[in-house]
Amino acid sequence: MNPALRRVWGLIYRHVALYRRSWPRLVEIAYWPTLNMLIWGFTSLYIAQAHSAPRAVIAGGLIGGVLLWEITLRGQMGLTLSFLEEIWSRNLGHLFVSPLRPGEMLAALLTVSAVRTTLGLLPATIIAYLLYRYNIFAPGPVMLLFFLNLLVMGWWVALGIISLLFRYGAGAEALAWTLAFGITPLACVYYPLAALPVWLQPFAQILPAAHIFEGMRAALLHHVTDWRELALAFGLNAAWTLGAIALFAAEFRRARVRGALIAIGE
Amino acid sequence: MARRIPAVMHAIAVDHLSKRYAHTLAVDDISFTLERGNILGLLGGNGAGKTTTISMLLGLLVPTSGKITLLGHDMAHDRFAALARMNFSSPYIALPARLSVRENLEVYGHLYNVPGLNARIRELAAQFDLTGLLARPAGELSAGQKTRVALAKSLINRPDLLLLDEPTASLDPDTGDYVRTVLEAYRDETGAAILLASHNMAEVERLCDDVLMMKTGRIVDQGRPAELIARYGRQTMEDVFLHIARSEAL
Repeated sequence: MNPALRRVWGLIYRHVALYRRSWPRLVEIAYWPTLNMLIWGFTSLYIAQAHSAPRAVIAGGLIGGVLLWEITLRGQMGLTLSFLEEIWSRNLGHLFVSPLRPGEMLAALLTVSAVRTTLGLLPATIIAYLLYRYNIFAPGPVMLLFFLNLLVMGWWVALGIISLLFRYGAGAEALAWTLAFGITPLACVYYPLAALPVWLQPFAQILPAAHIFEGMRAALLHHVTDWRELALAFGLNAAWTLGAIALFAAEFRRARVRGALIAIGE
Repeated sequence: MARRIPAVMHAIAVDHLSKRYAHTLAVDDISFTLERGNILGLLGGNGAGKTTTISMLLGLLVPTSGKITLLGHDMAHDRFAALARMNFSSPYIALPARLSVRENLEVYGHLYNVPGLNARIRELAAQFDLTGLLARPAGELSAGQKTRVALAKSLINRPDLLLLDEPTASLDPDTGDYVRTVLEAYRDETGAAILLASHNMAEVERLCDDVLMMKTGRIVDQGRPAELIARYGRQTMEDVFLHIARSEAL
């Protein structure tokens, strides 16, 4: 195996070994997406019955929103928590003096995050189909583009949080649990962009999520693919990702100057 | 068998190295070399600058000025080439507690691209008496067992340069003696260089070919343990250490 790929596999294997020995961690992966799906799924059924609204419209707006936004949240948590595992186990010192490059470390953690997200959303997706007759894949392969954009958004948010961990140490840990949730009002997950006050709309429009969910609603409710919204989401994601990588590189370099890598867990 | 380092190359060459934090000069213009096949002791009290120096050697910390060359690689521009050929052990940096001893060694075997990994793990397990512990989670081991696992991890890639921080801390005298024997044998067999930070002066006397004495970020003296003992008119390295640590003049 190519040495770089083997190093990436080495760090992935570290997390595989961790998860197969820790059932609470495995449960945690799927717990919130499943719980959210149950709560919002029944809520959407109730609203549909109470207001005689077409189930598909309610489901498209609420259940689809829950499932898709969880991709971003789980993607972000998957990357941030995988990095925090190294802080909690006081293992970063060993990793950073090994030949593992920062880019390889990120490649490994992104892979772990993608697997965690897929496994975490699987039960919620099945529940949505069995209990609410909602199929997230119904619009076809174009949904994969929405999934990918949401995952990438979760990743650049996570890169930002890891950069803050480099700067502020484990004291910034709380952001891992809260930052992406804080973006939710601007992400237009459950309502259209037009529902926001006019002055708030520009802030939402610089986030890929607002465009992804506008596109998702068009796909799920009107069966059309809004390529313009998808293109905007891709473009914004590319810009934010480049910014997050630059921030990560700068904070990593700064941590090496300040000696923060030695005491990051304190 | 590890590849041997060319004879002309220093394993470590440190040239006018300094590290300044905001208002503190942690390491103050130090220079030294470590030759292949030698063991160099890095001694000093708390705050002397040992940890800062080791952190810079490992690439964890960027120097304010000066140059570090390890195994012929400039650490400012080519640190990953050096890191692949060296390793490090410290009781103050843990291995993932939930992973078994074998899994920990497998992870680092992959990170260091170790060929024949299973055989290497069996070899190290036998060497450090870990065979019966391979399936145990690292977090369930005693402090001494953890130290032995950390040492096995530090030899997994048959390093040409080994940096050891308190390698026998937490070990009982018998195991400590065994580990020193393993380190000496490893040095003799492979020609590897070892930098050793230790507060165990008997260990330093036994293992080290040369010693650097650090105080307030500077190297205040250096030489062979026997030379230092003679120079200060003392009986042991412990006495020399205490003399230097307490001396106002140095």
